[in-house]
Amino acid sequence: MTALAPPGEPRRIAYLYLLPGLVIFGAFVLAPLAHSAWLSLFSWDGVTPGAWTGLDNYQAIVSDPRLRAAFLHAFVLVGFYAVLPIAIGLLLAAAMARTRVRGLALFRTVLFLPQVIALVVVAVMWRMIYAPDGGLINEGLRAIGLGGLAQNWLGSFSLALPSVGLIGTWVMYGLAMVLFTAGVQKISPSLYDAARMDGAGPVREFFAVTLPGLRNEIAVALTLTTIQALRSFDLVYITTGGGPGDSTSVPAFEVYNRAFRGGDVGAASAIGVCIAALIFVLTLLINRIAEREAAR
Amino acid sequence: MIDRREQALTYLLLGVFSLIALVPIAGILLTALQAPGEVASFGAFNGVHLENFATAWDEGNFSQYLRSSVIVGVSVVVLSTLLSILAGYAFGMMRFRGDQALFYLFLLGLMVPLESTVVPLYYDLRDLGLTDTYAALIFPQVGVSVAFGTFWMRAFFRSVPRSLVEAARLDGSSSWSTLWRVVLPVGRPAVLTMMVLVFMWTWNEFLLALVMVSDESLRTAPLGLAFFSGRNTTDFALLAAGSVIVATPVVVLYVFLQRHFIRGMLSGAVKG
Repeated sequence: MTALAPPGEPRRIAYLYLLPGLVIFGAFVLAPLAHSAWLSLFSWDGVTPGAWTGLDNYQAIVSDPRLRAAFLHAFVLVGFYAVLPIAIGLLLAAAMARTRVRGLALFRTVLFLPQVIALVVVAVMWRMIYAPDGGLINEGLRAIGLGGLAQNWLGSFSLALPSVGLIGTWVMYGLAMVLFTAGVQKISPSLYDAARMDGAGPVREFFAVTLPGLRNEIAVALTLTTIQALRSFDLVYITTGGGPGDSTSVPAFEVYNRAFRGGDVGAASAIGVCIAALIFVLTLLINRIAEREAAR
Repeated sequence: MIDRREQALTYLLLGVFSLIALVPIAGILLTALQAPGEVASFGAFNGVHLENFATAWDEGNFSQYLRSSVIVGVSVVVLSTLLSILAGYAFGMMRFRGDQALFYLFLLGLMVPLESTVVPLYYDLRDLGLTDTYAALIFPQVGVSVAFGTFWMRAFFRSVPRSLVEAARLDGSSSWSTLWRVVLPVGRPAVLTMMVLVFMWTWNEFLLALVMVSDESLRTAPLGLAFFSGRNTTDFALLAAGSVIVATPVVVLYVFLQRHFIRGMLSGAVKG
């Protein structure tokens, strides 16, 4: 009993230490979340009295093609924010599994830099990079004689979403790389030696040693990046405003759009609740899978 | 032989991806130095025109926006650091009825994004007459930060050797003075990590400011930049200068305290 209990002596005074934080946390996180769930059951324009509609707002998320598209776009962004960066990170981890790398600290500093720049700045920057005229990509293509490939990247129905997604990839891959380079150095070299003795090639070695060894790091990277993808707002708002049409609308953008421009507070709240629920479920799922793998 | 090839591949990957990370950043710096108003392309070099920063600063009202950001940032850091230390101390070093349940409540809060609470927050604060005040920018941010900070400080307090606390207790030290005189001095690095992260998240926050503030004088730096970029879509040099101004404070902090940033952000994930 005592061995399992948290350290420290039983003390009532703990409540006093806890109180101020709990009050602020309750008032500005928990209460609004509950209020959001309540508002999501109404049809309310934010001004006149609302009307009870039960779960209609949630049903609309499934049946309204615009809202369905927004959530679909969020899952596409998971591919760009989470899957692609982790693939890039694993590629690096596979290559450096048994090598000593000098100057890793410097690489780390550079690779992590995009993470600390405000997303609004990142978005403004990439809007210039994607600009049809004077943008880095189109001008670069023209400079090497491939001007025919120049596009209106953020203004095209088919290219806008992947273009926004790639900004997310740019922000996130450094995080995966830094996590995995640290993780791969913790894998015991004897595991690699054993794999070699068994005649494993680089590919089998990756799947037999490196990938299982990075299980925890992959779970952390997947959690952090997936959350960012599901709640992404700043990039979309600044680069495309959800357009063209609604080809880049995402759930968080719809929350803002419906509550503060469209006068549909109930629907906005329902979307917000769904974002929180999705993040909650995916976080638990990722960590559960990582733990089960660890137990094997 | 194989080792050398792997090493070369490792350096190649690190080099290429570092370059990809740096090119946009170098590009925006060069763009910020371009001749203003001229048609130039992103990242092209055509002279050093430092006056862009002055022009953007004045035309974009950035002195005001940075002031708001500093006021909000410092308030959030001070408040959430204090509350997180106290709550983390309770969770990390004391035992009380309901400690598990309360801790899971905080853990739940770590997963609630601002995107899910901003709508009711707006209407609640409007009813209290608090929209268009610094309070509307500070308190919701403190709420989110305290969830993380409590989690973070609890982990620190759990790592402190029991003997340290017991010795203080035998000397008749109260829990309050044990915290401030004995335990916390050991925890300066942990506290600093938490502070830089909270500052960065607060400085970079956009949605909260967008929703809560319509008065121009209260706009934070990212919100100001968003409006500035809406007015100056074609003048790359000014836009780049404004962007650099907004990003610089956190980037400078990162250059000096990068280990704190990296360590904190990578452990920020919720572990069940």
